[in-house]
Amino acid sequence: MTMTLREALEVLAAHRGQRIVITTMSPIAPWRELSDTPLDFAYIPSAMGQAPALGLGLALARPERGAIVVNGDGCMLMNLGSLVSIAHNPANLYLLIIDNGHYEVTGGQPTAGAGHADFAGLAHAAGIQRVYSFDNVQTWRTGAAEALSGTGPVAIWLKVEAKMGQKTPSPPQPMGEQIARLREALRT
Amino acid sequence: MLDGPSVVAALKECGVTDVIWIPDSELGMWEPALSSNAELRLIRVCREGEAIAVAAGLLLGGRRPVVAIQCTGLFEAGDTLRNVVHDMKLPLFMIVGLRSYYAYQQKKTSDTCPVFAEPIVRAWQIPYTIFDRGHTASDLSQVYRQAQAENRAAIVCLAE
Repeated sequence: MTMTLREALEVLAAHRGQRIVITTMSPIAPWRELSDTPLDFAYIPSAMGQAPALGLGLALARPERGAIVVNGDGCMLMNLGSLVSIAHNPANLYLLIIDNGHYEVTGGQPTAGAGHADFAGLAHAAGIQRVYSFDNVQTWRTGAAEALSGTGPVAIWLKVEAKMGQKTPSPPQPMGEQIARLREALRT
Repeated sequence: MLDGPSVVAALKECGVTDVIWIPDSELGMWEPALSSNAELRLIRVCREGEAIAVAAGLLLGGRRPVVAIQCTGLFEAGDTLRNVVHDMKLPLFMIVGLRSYYAYQQKKTSDTCPVFAEPIVRAWQIPYTIFDRGHTASDLSQVYRQAQAENRAAIVCLAE
């Protein structure tokens, strides 16, 4: 049994609690179908590879809330050093690395890490103590509660099926509106 | 002249909560003052683009961060700078070391950093001020307060 992106996100939706969820690239559209609250932040337009750092800042600012970053493998490869920064600055940050081995939104080209980059190993070697790997939806359903509970940082490597023909994501709302509603939610 | 204790005092007085940095040899001299102050959190990261993105998250979360890096890192961090300042429109405040600035003025260096630093900051359309040896921590406070009052980004370029 394997796992689709949609299935992976459905499990996350069931366990995200009241945490901020930052999505990037391919997960943006399916996540919005599952959750569209002020605590859901679609990071688009984005800076390439910087969602984990953005999430780290939010998690450091709001430790009682915590942040979940849904990052792609291509985005992760652009900023592997952020794993070290996350380990060095402990915060309630839960980093999901959605690994399909491809740049889906640019036409499905393979990433440089496709098939051999061990994201769990990289996260652990960077100093993140709590690291989980799931390559099918059954084990992710079973393990999500543990992985997404307790204190961060946590890295979760999810291997999912690649889905070709994806469109470049578009912002669900203008960035200014997203920021305003997130800030308002964080004030309460 | 800016030194670690005076910079820390100025930042605290301005209500700055966090300094995210990758030091160069000049900024690095502030390390003892920055790392020993309990009220100012020092956040160490691996690349300058990351520093800017962490600052963005802190700003979204209600903190008042300052990023301190060298101009070489600013060159690397362009995409993040563009996103945070122009897409997200956050009031990012940065202190950027201008490597070889004085040597370049005296035509005593082949370092290309001074050739590109100012044009690149101008290209990113971020208001900046060059601080030389005559500037003080009080000047730093003033630039920070003005940028915050106008809810805009600003860069203090520290001549080195």
